[in-house]
Amino acid sequence: MTVEYGDTMRHHVTIFHTFLGAIERMPESLIAIMDALPYLLQGSMVTLVVVVGAMGLGFALGAPLAVGQVYGHPALRRFIAVYVWFFRGIPLLVFLFLFYFGLCTALDINLSAFTVAIIVLGLISSAYQSQIFRGAILSLPEGQLKAARALGMSDFKAISFIILPQALRLSIPGWSNEYSILLKDSAVTYALGVAEIMARAHFVATRTYQHLPLYFAAGVIFLVLTWVGTKGLRLLEERARIPGYSPQGS
Amino acid sequence: MTTPILRIENISKRYGKKDVLKGASLDVNKGDLKILIGPSGAGKSTLLQCINFLVKPDEGRIWLDEQEVHYANKRDLYAYRQKVGMIFQDFNLFDHLTALENVRIGMVRVKGMGKAEAGERAVLELERVGLKEHMQKYPAQLSGGQKQRVSIARALAMDPKVMLLDEPTSALDPELIGEVHAVIRDLGNNGMTMIMATHQIGFASSLASEILFMEDGRILERGTPDKIFNHAENARTQEFCSKITELYGERG
Repeated sequence: MTVEYGDTMRHHVTIFHTFLGAIERMPESLIAIMDALPYLLQGSMVTLVVVVGAMGLGFALGAPLAVGQVYGHPALRRFIAVYVWFFRGIPLLVFLFLFYFGLCTALDINLSAFTVAIIVLGLISSAYQSQIFRGAILSLPEGQLKAARALGMSDFKAISFIILPQALRLSIPGWSNEYSILLKDSAVTYALGVAEIMARAHFVATRTYQHLPLYFAAGVIFLVLTWVGTKGLRLLEERARIPGYSPQGS
Repeated sequence: MTTPILRIENISKRYGKKDVLKGASLDVNKGDLKILIGPSGAGKSTLLQCINFLVKPDEGRIWLDEQEVHYANKRDLYAYRQKVGMIFQDFNLFDHLTALENVRIGMVRVKGMGKAEAGERAVLELERVGLKEHMQKYPAQLSGGQKQRVSIARALAMDPKVMLLDEPTSALDPELIGEVHAVIRDLGNNGMTMIMATHQIGFASSLASEILFMEDGRILERGTPDKIFNHAENARTQEFCSKITELYGERG
């Protein structure tokens, strides 16, 4: 018991010294962060473009996929189920390498790492977003479609003007989730050499040996971007809310 | 001899092994108000939904203005549905649109009218059901009776030749039923052709041109309100009418 106690004490002392060391190096760390900050912030622009691009692509593909999976011919539904399984099932890093180093090289397609990052994240996001929309469509009362049909609307019109406007409102909380996942996933694209936050933090850290402050700064930038995005979507949710209609019962 | 505006011949519908409709036929003349009564599960709602093909009948044919409706042809089907207004038990207003937009959307998106013109017409229709001052409200801000009146305005804005009403007051609080009945009565007085399923037999017998008693997917008996409620031939009709009279109050 005593020995263990002594070990723990020594361990604490060691941590304490490390901590003191870190504090002693604080000015140096701060300087490292300040020096790298403009460079990292440029990276956050790249990150944002990748995330917004991927969300946009994911939306453009995900919405029709959801409609197809709910209202489509059985063969189409099966195809979409396979699509969703495929893009949700392969790890992002595998997919990025497969597309960039594999497909692009094999088919001799000249795409930048940046473009590939948007396409791959967008395809994966389309699978996830399709399921967000599908859930929202299924949560609408059946009578909405019936009433639209009864007015003489084609199914295409009924879905465009009646179903989707309501389903998309219900999808915003799910989008918020999707945004924060995409934002964090976008860091993986550094493996292709996309000059986003992580790639830049890594680049500076390996040259200045200031690993702790730089990755710490990168983490904080991600946190801020997550906060800004989810806050923005929350505001959108408020704005798009139908008066008198409150699913939370408030 | 007038030709019927709507002819419904031998409509059958099967769900799995259950025959929900077993060859229902019905001729409706212009200005008629046909009332469907009968126990739940009798097929009243299915019949109404088959008439505008929200439910596809397995058998049967329908003519509107002597034109047979070929519902497999989408263009025909959409054109026909514009002429047949439908009122649902649970209103089915579009929740994301204001009362005005609910009434306007069919004119704009189906008939291709301009927004301004359709808006003016929508205001007129809302005025007709007494809801002009509520036109900027969303369905969630309206009472049940108001919602049902908006849904009637929405159907009327399409200039239907026939209206189908599927228990329009069944989901309403008793004190809200009157305002919806007043609108329907007004429609009847203005010559609207209607087929309505209802349990409100007091209302039905004062307005109906014919009462149809349905049970088990068939129209068992039909006749004037007086005949059905007071001199029914069929024992089941008599039994049902006496029970429903006890429940829903006085006749006439």
